Amino acid sequence: MSGAVVRLDRVALDVGAQKVLRGISLAIPRGGFRWLLGPSGAGKTSLLRLLHLELRPSEGRLELLGRDVGAAPRAALPQLRRRIGMVFQDFRLLPHLSAFDNVALPLRLAGRPEGQIQADVGEMLAWVGLRGRIHCHPAELSGGEQQRVAIARAVINRPDLLLADEPTGNLDDTQAQRLMLLLGELSRLGTTIVVATHNDTIVARHPAPAVRLAEGRLVNADA
Amino acid sequence: MRDEEAQRERAAARRARRLRPAWSDDLGLRRGVARKLLPFMVGAMAFLASLALAGAIAAAAFSRQWQDGPAAALTVQVPDPAAKATDAPQNRLDRVVALLSASPGIARVQALSHAQIAKLLQPWLGSDATQGLALPAVVAVRAEGAGPPLAELTAELRAAAPGTLVDSHGDWTRRIAALAHSVQALAWAMLALVTGVAAAVVTIATRAGLVQRRDAVLLVHGLGATDADIARRFAARATRLAFAGGLGGCAVALPVLAGLAALAAPLVGGIADPAAWMPSLPRALWFGMAAIPLVCAALGFATAQVTVRAWLRPLP
Repeated sequence: MSGAVVRLDRVALDVGAQKVLRGISLAIPRGGFRWLLGPSGAGKTSLLRLLHLELRPSEGRLELLGRDVGAAPRAALPQLRRRIGMVFQDFRLLPHLSAFDNVALPLRLAGRPEGQIQADVGEMLAWVGLRGRIHCHPAELSGGEQQRVAIARAVINRPDLLLADEPTGNLDDTQAQRLMLLLGELSRLGTTIVVATHNDTIVARHPAPAVRLAEGRLVNADA
Repeated sequence: MRDEEAQRERAAARRARRLRPAWSDDLGLRRGVARKLLPFMVGAMAFLASLALAGAIAAAAFSRQWQDGPAAALTVQVPDPAAKATDAPQNRLDRVVALLSASPGIARVQALSHAQIAKLLQPWLGSDATQGLALPAVVAVRAEGAGPPLAELTAELRAAAPGTLVDSHGDWTRRIAALAHSVQALAWAMLALVTGVAAAVVTIATRAGLVQRRDAVLLVHGLGATDADIARRFAARATRLAFAGGLGGCAVALPVLAGLAALAAPLVGGIADPAAWMPSLPRALWFGMAAIPLVCAALGFATAQVTVRAWLRPLP
């Protein structure tokens, strides 16, 4: 279990008076891939938000990228977040920015020079099939195209941990296959990946260990 | 050719190393409500601040002028000036002038001639009405520093020339000084109030911007932006808008102040020059007016920084 990128030990999460997650313990090693499965309301999105450092656990110990999140000072969290990529279910693209600028955001926050950003973002958008749509704003893109921009933004920084909430929801079969190939490649290169999905077909096609939740509790976590 | 190519390559490499310009609007703040509201409100405050500043400076100048002018003047009336003084072998006027000249705290002593006294009385008594009147002699005295010890001096003068009157204009110069100080204090209080209101306006506009751009702020926070990164973007915008507002407010205040200065010039001893494109304003006011947009900018920067950091603090 040592060297785990994600480690939860009896983690609970309360949102208001509601106990959203209870007694979650699991560990995912570097380069590990996990499906995050469970019915709606099981707590998948809440667990992803915890792993994305949008929330801190109410109980238990959460360790990400070797850092105890509960004990880490607030000022240390932005550096950790820059090493985590997230694909949101609702994309969360900034509507006033072009596809290029949306994907460039993490690199600009990391203070990368514009020359490198031009090259990396152009290449990434070409890879997700949006070479001709680089200057389009989200409102001009279809749902699938927006999802691909969101994926490009999440992986542009070569994150150590990649989280995705229903990343294939708006993609056609070919694009979904391409995404899974990309995730597989990232995983081989050492990125730890957690993908929440309801898409049984894609889970069946790409067998991998799964973390299953039900009513905020861990049902099982494959090794 | 090879040199040109190498130069082009070096220029391209320099461009590639450049960072995103600081004024880039990744958070979409230009679409915020503050764009029009903030410069207008800060401009209004800058206008009021200019007036308050002018009031404070004018009151200070007025007070100083009275301290140096009428407040430092004494008038001494000597009845029966040609009669012999009671304590010396001189006439009373000469004796009074000698005593005044010897007294500490007195800069200048001047006995007015009969013609000067007649001229002073002319508006009330007519041109030759003073002929044959037993007028007292009048001595104009200019004090210096803390002035002479009035009670002792008066007693001494009366001993030499009975019935001598010493008028120090004390009562009304004290009242005018108190008035000038009150106006000054009010002006400073108004400046403080206007500064507070301007800070409140920037706070409200920044909070409105945060609410309006909440999704964008939360997203960049999630991507790893620090509080300083986010606060810097809001503060840069608030600084620019507040500076523009301050500049506008001062520009509107300038002709108003020039008009007031032209009206006030004869009252404070100046002369309004109708040919001048702008009556002369005190140098302190010019410096103050130049500082107002800078103060507005600093206020915008500091207030936006504090507001944004306070808003972000509850986030993990």
